[in-house]
Amino acid sequence: MSLQSTMDDTSNRVQLVPAAETPVPAVGKRGQGMQRARAVVLALIVPVCLMVIWDVMVRWTGTRLVPSPYGVAVMMWDFAFGGIYDDAYSASLPIHFWKSVQRVYGGFLCAATIGIPLGLMIGRMPLLRKLLDPTLSLLRPIPVTAWLPLSMIFFGLGPRAAIFLVFLGAFFPILLNTVFGVRSVDIRLFEAAEMLGCSGAQQFRSVVLPAALPSIFNGLRLGAGFAWILIVVGEMTGVPEGLGAVIMDGRTLSRTDLVITGMIIIGVTGFVSDRILLMLSNYFLRWSPQHHA
Amino acid sequence: MVALATAFKPAATGASLEVKDVSHAFDIDGNVLPVLDNVSISVAPGEFVALLGPSGCGKSTLLRLVAGLEPPRAGALEEDGVAITGPYPSRVVVFQDPTLFPWRTVWDNVALGLEAQGVLKTQRHRVDAAIDLVGLGAFKKAYPHQLSGGMAQRVALARALVNDPRILVLDEPLGKLDSLTRITMQAELVSLWQRNGFTALLVTHDVEEALFLANRVIVFSDRPARVTADITVDRPYPRHRGDPHLAELRRQILGLLGLDATW
Ligand SMILES: Nc1ncnc2c1ncn2[C@@H]1O[C@H](COP(=O)(O)OP(=O)(O)O)[C@@H](O)[C@H]1O
Ligand SMILES: [Mg+2]
Repeated sequence: MSLQSTMDDTSNRVQLVPAAETPVPAVGKRGQGMQRARAVVLALIVPVCLMVIWDVMVRWTGTRLVPSPYGVAVMMWDFAFGGIYDDAYSASLPIHFWKSVQRVYGGFLCAATIGIPLGLMIGRMPLLRKLLDPTLSLLRPIPVTAWLPLSMIFFGLGPRAAIFLVFLGAFFPILLNTVFGVRSVDIRLFEAAEMLGCSGAQQFRSVVLPAALPSIFNGLRLGAGFAWILIVVGEMTGVPEGLGAVIMDGRTLSRTDLVITGMIIIGVTGFVSDRILLMLSNYFLRWSPQHHA
Repeated sequence: MVALATAFKPAATGASLEVKDVSHAFDIDGNVLPVLDNVSISVAPGEFVALLGPSGCGKSTLLRLVAGLEPPRAGALEEDGVAITGPYPSRVVVFQDPTLFPWRTVWDNVALGLEAQGVLKTQRHRVDAAIDLVGLGAFKKAYPHQLSGGMAQRVALARALVNDPRILVLDEPLGKLDSLTRITMQAELVSLWQRNGFTALLVTHDVEEALFLANRVIVFSDRPARVTADITVDRPYPRHRGDPHLAELRRQILGLLGLDATW
């Protein structure tokens, strides 16, 4: 008698149709396209309205302090490709952008490479938790921007102070979410692993890390968000290149079009970087029924 | 099934298990909750022992001690005369809840034991054999959230079996199955045990299941659990559910559990 013949009634819940043979109905594809287009349209309504209000307000008040959307668009074009104003900022977007991206991801990656392993260990090792948790809890409420004077003393005026700020800003959300992720895993999963002979470093790799992964990705997304906030603060003093420096220069020179251009570029870059993390998260958490955005 | 059985290398022999004067308790809000009271059980190599007792009396707790997940407050446990000090793959417990790793497919869940021993590369066929044995060959690539409760329970069984355990410890493994599947699985469990020669310790609340499967049935009292009876079921396999001797034992055991057999 084979067990196969008596599989419970729910056994055909999973339909194991080989992917290559799955016919994709044309209607389904078109439906999906429609839905995506709808989402894009819905997402654009508010920004477009804001721009219209902005434009109307500028014309209505006749202010010279804030440029119109058109003025910013011209500035943005010049910043990216040059050929309009031909000043110090023409066609300088690539270099500023590249410097900021390097610093953001440098600091962010440092925060992740230290924060994730440390968080996994704090989550699983009571001794380490007792040793570090009080200190970390004490440091955490200090706003990262309050570290700016000290970090300039430690690292001097320049990009390294900015990277340090980014690191600090990304580090705590990554660390705390990793610890939380490990702590909220069903303890019986660790016991099951131990019974199968999976312990020590191998258990960290095969059980602790994947179990905490949903929470780790939350931490990474939060951390990346803070990193983009802090790069501007970090680049505002003593750094010649970078989007933060551009915004600061714009302020000093009363060039609001430059300031707004920098803000928009940071906003869009932060958005794209979050989307990339979200895609990675959906890929690595494809086993989880809760993670299909 | 016969082909699978030969592909599945039997363990050398079952190990013996000794539970010596074990008492255990939990602290709940400053109160001590005694759970096991001086329990002694001796299981011979290759023997199939069923543990029966009222719900909440401490059966699962005893299995946690056998697994080595917790030390007992008093007494000692030994496998083949060696003190049990921690979990070990030759003595796997399949708990009531299957606790599969949700990020691993069925195949990867079953493979973890061999992966941990570093022999997975050369022994992949053992994983396939264990999965086929529990009848889930078509679900190797499914994730746990795509399985029914009964299927998940069988994956947990395969995950234990792949290690060629010398003692297989089962905590109400068939509790979640419908009665038809349950009867089939009981027969399957007997033939698995006979083929592989491991020692089996099975917790169940089903008297008939205990009598159908085990060489010996140990009956526990209410919490804190004490051994109230140790009944040898001297009947050859395969057993028949209508066997009058088993019916008589069933009546006795129900009496011990405080229930009168009304049918
Ligand atoms: N970790 C624990 N902490 C406190 N109490 C526990 C714990 N595990 C089990 N218990 C208690 O011990 C008793 C026996 O539980 P258990 O061994 O699971 O019973 P069962 O015989 O139904 O398997 C129950 O009253 C339960 O509430
Ligand atoms: Mg139980």
